[in-house]
Amino acid sequence: MTDRSSSLRLTATDLARIAVFAALIAALGLAGTLYPLGGQVPITAQTLGVMLAGAILGAYGGALSVITFTVLVAAGLPLLSGGRGGLHWVIAAPTSGYLIGWSFGAFVIGWLAWRFRPWRRSAAAGMALFLLINLIGGVGVVYAIGIPVHIWRVDSGTLAVIQAIGSFLPGDLLKAVVASVVAYQVHRAIPGLAGGSNE
Amino acid sequence: MIEVERVTQRFGDRVILRDVTVTLAEPRIGVIGSNGSGKSTFARLLNGLVKPSEGRVTVDGFDTRREGGKVRRKVGFIFTDPDNQIVMPTVAEDVAFSLRRLKLSPDEARDRVAEALERFGLAGHADHPAHLLSGGQKQLLALASVLAAQPETIVCDEPTTLLDLRNTRRVGTLLSQLPQRVVLVTHDLDLLDEYDRVLVFDEGSLIIDDKPAPAVAAYRTLMASP
Amino acid sequence: MAAGGVSPGGPLGAYVPGTSLLHRCPPGPKLLGLLVALTLAIRWPEYVAVPAVALFALARVPPRMALAQLRPLWLFLAVAFGFQVLAAGLGTAIEVVGGILLAVALASLVTLTTRVSAMLDALVVAARPLRRLGIDPDRVALLFALAIRSIPLITEIVRNVREAQCARGAGNNPIALAIPTMIRTLRAADALGEALIARGIDD
Ligand SMILES: Nc1ncnc2c1ncn2[C@@H]1O[C@H](COP(=O)(O)OP(=O)(O)O)[C@@H](O)[C@H]1O
Ligand SMILES: [Mg+2]
Repeated sequence: MTDRSSSLRLTATDLARIAVFAALIAALGLAGTLYPLGGQVPITAQTLGVMLAGAILGAYGGALSVITFTVLVAAGLPLLSGGRGGLHWVIAAPTSGYLIGWSFGAFVIGWLAWRFRPWRRSAAAGMALFLLINLIGGVGVVYAIGIPVHIWRVDSGTLAVIQAIGSFLPGDLLKAVVASVVAYQVHRAIPGLAGGSNE
Repeated sequence: MIEVERVTQRFGDRVILRDVTVTLAEPRIGVIGSNGSGKSTFARLLNGLVKPSEGRVTVDGFDTRREGGKVRRKVGFIFTDPDNQIVMPTVAEDVAFSLRRLKLSPDEARDRVAEALERFGLAGHADHPAHLLSGGQKQLLALASVLAAQPETIVCDEPTTLLDLRNTRRVGTLLSQLPQRVVLVTHDLDLLDEYDRVLVFDEGSLIIDDKPAPAVAAYRTLMASP
Repeated sequence: MAAGGVSPGGPLGAYVPGTSLLHRCPPGPKLLGLLVALTLAIRWPEYVAVPAVALFALARVPPRMALAQLRPLWLFLAVAFGFQVLAAGLGTAIEVVGGILLAVALASLVTLTTRVSAMLDALVVAARPLRRLGIDPDRVALLFALAIRSIPLITEIVRNVREAQCARGAGNNPIALAIPTMIRTLRAADALGEALIARGIDD
């Protein structure tokens, strides 16, 4: 990441950040369930971690941390929200496409964020830009991979869309908003973030 | 021997250490000073975690700027919070991690790990997840891991600040018995009684360099004045 | 740690200890077998279903454990089943839901009979050819181990921030939770990175 021209060799700092963000995505699935909107609907913060991985670590670091997380789940660790884990969730479930999509989503978010640098703008403009980026990567890209797989597995476009809207979309929209505010604030609070990797 | 020559350390335009020159040759050296006085920055200079903005630091002649790898083989480092220092999931793996650069045979490595765990009373925990150890045990694991690599010096940055009295004593005693040179940054002034030398930092300057008794007394006076 | 070796006594996850043929089979062949079975199951599910059940019996995975893997899917499958009955009839509904169950069951069988560490080691071995692209398999193994190590560390941060914000009455405000969590997570990452440097990982 630091020196992409010669090889993909990751420095200790890169490794630590990627590992810690993979762990953050896991921790948000384990301990990050929120009950906003009057406490009716539980929302796990796992995809919030995915969006933030891209927005904070950039394209390569973000994608690698989500890939690391995905590999740990595939290897059998119960790190998906609700304590789910195992190869079946990564490659065989009707929702596996979304999970695979997370890595690409994080990459796109990181790429767009480093391309347009929302943290250099005023709060309102920067957060709005981050929101757009998170929606493109965290919802657009993830659903672009997740929905076709979903449709194929349940053999119905209507059903897939109903299930996606019923179970993921409201939470994902809310998380895109949260991720935008948080990403903007964190980049402002720690100016060095955008300077290291990915530049 | 560690030589710090005319080191000034800046972060941005803030001066954190001001023109520090000192040669560390004694087996037991204490470092004290109030919060923010620059002790951690000084400690980090000694193994190249921080590179001096001006001046130079050498360990047995190796410059921390150019030969960080050689320096870090000679100088081990213990952090305040062992949670951040344990890098592997289980106790034995964390010790084994220190040995990777020594290129030992698997048998040799296993023996070394067992020996290190035995020495620090962790033999029964070899395959336990490291995060389930108590705070004191975690700091002992950090010591076991760093010492397994057999450095010549270990620099400890407030290793007992997060520990209770019993564990503070235990770590203090272990440090005092090591064959290695020890540079101990601490607020537990009692631990320094038998040390050879104590450095006192204040606002980025090395203001006192003396035997423990006079250095600690001068430090207490300094802290008592308004 | 040489290439691989991610926690010998480490976390079990969904693994069910045992000594069956499937347990003793190395992960590589098992994964290849899974790939073949999944491909066949797409075209001829009815012919794969019976051997799949036989494999579960062979592996002696308690049915309770096998079903536990499927439980989070029940609501999802019930909706799919109901929808397909109405939209396309019972036959299609059974076909669709059966197909999903079969694929999930086959893949879960690999997870149920393979240790997390064995699976990760197999991946690290599989990553060896990537050396030519500059990807060091040792670093891949290290990355997995670091991530596993970091999970309790970061879970603790998430919990602590939550408790602190609850005490201030902001326990369910996602932004009030996420910003301090993020800052502390980054600080933990820096500390971990420093520890790795101090222990010679970059030298
Ligand atoms: N990496 C850094 N960047 C900016 N400021 C730093 C950094 N490290 C330390 N400082 C500042 O340097 C001063 C001295 O810090 P430190 O060496 O940690 O002192 P001590 O260990 O004696 O408390 C503090 O004011 C601290 O904020
Ligand atoms: Mg300090």
